[in-house]
Amino acid sequence: MQKLLIYISGLLFGLGVSIGGMANPAKVQNFFDVAGAWDPSLILVMGGALAVTAPGYWLLFQRGKPMFASGFSVPTNRTIDTKLVGGSAVFGIGWGIAGFCPGASIPVLSTLNADVLIFTAALIAGILIAKGMMKVTASRKGAAQAA
Amino acid sequence: MEVIETAFTPWASLIGGLLIGLGTVLLMAVRGNVLGATGILAGFMTPSSSSDWAWRAVIIAGMLTAPIAILLFTGGFPVIEVPVTRGMMILGGVLVGIGVTYGSGCTSGHGVCGIARLSPRSITATLTFLLTGGITVYILRHVIGG
Repeated sequence: MQKLLIYISGLLFGLGVSIGGMANPAKVQNFFDVAGAWDPSLILVMGGALAVTAPGYWLLFQRGKPMFASGFSVPTNRTIDTKLVGGSAVFGIGWGIAGFCPGASIPVLSTLNADVLIFTAALIAGILIAKGMMKVTASRKGAAQAA
Repeated sequence: MEVIETAFTPWASLIGGLLIGLGTVLLMAVRGNVLGATGILAGFMTPSSSSDWAWRAVIIAGMLTAPIAILLFTGGFPVIEVPVTRGMMILGGVLVGIGVTYGSGCTSGHGVCGIARLSPRSITATLTFLLTGGITVYILRHVIGG
């Protein structure tokens, strides 16, 4: 039952991304191109998603706990640091260049569209590169502290 | 790169947004997790346990079913028009991967789940990536391309 509901959650998300136009790089770039071929559609995707998620989350958090877990696993970090801002800035640059974001490219992998496959492979490479860089930084920090 | 004009699709985009919201709320109701594509993908590649891997595999399977369902109902896959070169696709993909890892999230995790919880980190992240995305497309189209 839990698996079925999680599957439906992914299906709804994938349908939303596909129908909303998030997985169409031309539409994403035009959304960003306020000074040119502007297509404001994606405001409605984000607005529609928030219109359901904000009250939905609020109701769930009032209710106490999820159906199949002892509590909600929600991020608790509240520090705004350079990692957050710098990372998000780089993400936005990549999103602008390619026109895909992770949540948009994953569902449409099943179309076997070559650009989607290439983007997602590059995305995974980028995640692995960043994790590798973070490990190096962490071990350097550790070595510096030990010294 | 080129510019492919796209039509304003208020209803399709609004319905798409509402569906994303429903899926996002459902996952929180069922398992108590935020539906962030970055976190789900990263955890799928390097899971902390087999049960942690399983739910990620199931939700990704659900996502992958969506275009096939659309194909069955409408006779066509969702429209994917690519105005950029393969090189830009690779560069963009690598930058997105590095950025979302350092920034701990993307459009779904910060832009939807985080803003819905009024998280100051997510509001900051979302404003940042929307701004740099806009600047990037402006430079590509109106400075370099113009």
